Amino acid sequence: MALTGIEIFKHLPKTNCKDCGFPTCLAFAMKLAAKQASLEDCPHASDEAKDFLGAASAPPVRKVVVGAGDAAWTLGEETVLFRHEKKFVNPSAYAIQVADEDPELAAKVAAIAAFKVDRVGEDYGVNLIALQDASGDAGTFSAAVKTVVEAAPKLGLVLATRKVDLVEAGLAACEGKNPLVYGADADNIDALLPLVKGKASLVVSASDLNVLSDLAEKATGAGVEDLILDPMPANAREALERLTQIRRLAIKKNYKPFGYPLWMSAVHEDPQIEGTLATIGTMKYASVILLSELRAWEMLGLLTGRLNIYTDPQKPMQVEQKVYEVGNVNGESPLIVTTNFALTYFIVAGEIENSKVATRLAVQDVEGLSVLTAWAAGKFTASKIAEFIKESGVASNLTRKEVILPGYVSVLSGTLEEKLGGDWKVVVGPREANQLPQFLKTCAQG
Amino acid sequence: MAVEILKENYAGKVLSMTIGVGDRAVTVGGATALPFHSFEGEVGNRPLIAYEVLDTVPEDPPASLQEELESVWDDPVKWAKYCQDEQGARAIALRLVSTDPDGQDASPESAAETVKKVLDAIDIPLVILGCFKEAKDGPVLKAAADAARGCNCLIGKAQEENYKTIAAAATANGHKLIAFSNLDFNLAKQINILLSQADFDINNIVTDPTASALGYGLEYTYSVIERIRAAGLMQNDAMMQPPMFLDLSSVVWKVKEVKASEEDLPEWGDRTERAVHWEAATATSLLMAGAEIMVMTSPRAIQTVEKTIDQLMA
Ligand code: B12
Ligand code: SF4
Repeated sequence: MALTGIEIFKHLPKTNCKDCGFPTCLAFAMKLAAKQASLEDCPHASDEAKDFLGAASAPPVRKVVVGAGDAAWTLGEETVLFRHEKKFVNPSAYAIQVADEDPELAAKVAAIAAFKVDRVGEDYGVNLIALQDASGDAGTFSAAVKTVVEAAPKLGLVLATRKVDLVEAGLAACEGKNPLVYGADADNIDALLPLVKGKASLVVSASDLNVLSDLAEKATGAGVEDLILDPMPANAREALERLTQIRRLAIKKNYKPFGYPLWMSAVHEDPQIEGTLATIGTMKYASVILLSELRAWEMLGLLTGRLNIYTDPQKPMQVEQKVYEVGNVNGESPLIVTTNFALTYFIVAGEIENSKVATRLAVQDVEGLSVLTAWAAGKFTASKIAEFIKESGVASNLTRKEVILPGYVSVLSGTLEEKLGGDWKVVVGPREANQLPQFLKTCAQG
Repeated sequence: MAVEILKENYAGKVLSMTIGVGDRAVTVGGATALPFHSFEGEVGNRPLIAYEVLDTVPEDPPASLQEELESVWDDPVKWAKYCQDEQGARAIALRLVSTDPDGQDASPESAAETVKKVLDAIDIPLVILGCFKEAKDGPVLKAAADAARGCNCLIGKAQEENYKTIAAAATANGHKLIAFSNLDFNLAKQINILLSQADFDINNIVTDPTASALGYGLEYTYSVIERIRAAGLMQNDAMMQPPMFLDLSSVVWKVKEVKASEEDLPEWGDRTERAVHWEAATATSLLMAGAEIMVMTSPRAIQTVEKTIDQLMA
């Protein structure tokens, strides 16, 4: 909840002593409201003022970190309901279920930990292992916790049990790992709170929002603040409604008991439905999404959707303008031109790698737009491409002055050849980058 | 403590619109709240998925679609009947790709023939899509609209360059219209205003704000739809209230994630499941934002989304 300068002013000393560097307390308050100054700059602010302003400037959804060290994953800190208002902050974590008595536990967990996909130049994978208490036995559970920690040192851990003795045994087996305990309900919360305090974050769950709110307050009352809320929806409608209701109250009303990241189980017997349920969670406020098993095709889709929805609506991801060299290029290597939209660059560079034909990739700055968008916006024109190619000096490295144009902008080829002048030749490439390997191989042969 | 649920007061509503005739006509739209927010308003009619049918054998289709549809796609009538009778389709979207001037360049008359044949074979509503080249779509959709006279089809896409011809053909033959704009909130409004100024009834329009596939600009489409919905519902902007139409088939089936084989990219997992998921996840995301009519291709993906909608409307 943003405060106005006047609201902040009420809590300042009102002495106008100027120690903050501003002429008056009011002027300072205005700067604070605009987030251009920090309260620390006023040496005379009271503790009451610090508490008040600290609480008011804290995001309406608390930051909760699950895991420690390399395995840490930050959740929460969201400030808006719709991504066109402002960037969503901390991407959802995907948690995969495994059973403590599974004879292949170690191998399964290692496979989950090893899974990764490359999207837009970065590796993404699963975030959490959710260890289920299928055995119901504390010894088995704590041994399984050790197995998981060893097999997946870089993933966070969910101790998925409601049994108090298992939580205790599990926590003892992963000291310092800051796991997430799933979880507390009306029956076990009193016993769990002292166990998790300072050691783990806690999921509180209840299908009734009144009960959920009470449980959250009870936890904070006991000093356990790292909470995640699960409103336990039975279907997609309930999931969407409850996640929306909770998040809306947190953001619009600063309703404290709901100011926490949210949990949603997408587990479903039909893997495809599990995929759409997890998609709903990703789009609609779930911070931890539980999946029944690792399926590469599903993770690829979910991670991609998450990447889409957690991007800044104001500025597209971009790469630097220059002539990139993919592979060991020489004078004969083909030269390709494209735009500096990160997605475009990584798709095209990836396909060049697939082709195994060393290639020069001239990436033009068009403020991060895709090929067609940049063309339609007048930023990827024949004269601009020609100017860039000439200034890059790439010609001196080539035995043949030839440049390959994306198929979608084939209309530019004639004018580009003119603008480049001299003995330049423009070749029109295929439209989709996935046809590039075939195309480059034929180029290389011809 | 009793939690007081915060309910939004919506000033506007999504217009409702019926396509098709007889028992199997379908009505979409009518919501008085954000998508599936039944706790604070009417969710309106069930979103409609129209099964894509091409008028020629698809060029370079992904292997997973081949597995599902190869036995029917040599003939649009067979394909449409298969979707209606075997898959339980509630609507068909016939895409007249053969008319593409850069492809077969088939005549408007031959396209109209196909439309007639398909209409004779089905009793569910028909969406008629041109080849999406402005100059050619005018005459093609006019001929198609004449041929489908009285069948209350949904035709398009009408763009700034050709909307007059297509809107006139729709009015003359009693059809509904897809108003297309390029992924921009203001342009989506602009085309509706232009159509209204040309005396085309806003109640007969669906808004196509440009679909994009998961991983290929999905977030832009998502946010444009959310903003249009907010304008229609919260600000009661009359030009932003038509149902939302998304042509997923035209964007999903060319991306690498639905095409690449497991041999090439083992880390991406099962190709068939991946392709089905890609279309279903794209659709589900757009449903969250506010899609009312979607054109989709894979029967399995459609069934996945239908089951998800069952849950969302439970
Ligand atoms: C997202 C999007 C936007 C976003 C911008 C996102 C971005 N960062 O670029 C926004 C909303 C800003 C936008 C705006 C506009 N857009 Co726009 N947009 C899209 C959309 C949906 C997806 C673009 C995308 O992300 N593609 C993915 C990237 C990876 O594709 P790509 O760069 O083309 O790369 C592919 C190929 O070209 C190839 N490739 C790339 N380089 C090379 C090089 C070689 C040698 C080869 C062989 C291949 C190759 O590989 C890639 C994968 O195959 C497309 C429609 C669509 N589905 O494609 C419309 C689209 C590109 N936009 C379009 C238009 C008209 C516009 C606007 C002018 C309209 C407007 N609303 O004002 C504006 C212009 C922007 C401005 N004024 O600043 C039109 C272009 C029409 C045309 N044919 O000219 C499109 C095609 C929509 C349509 N169907 O009409 N847009
Ligand atoms: S330092 Fe504090 S008390 Fe002094 S003028 Fe600034 S705000 Fe006021």
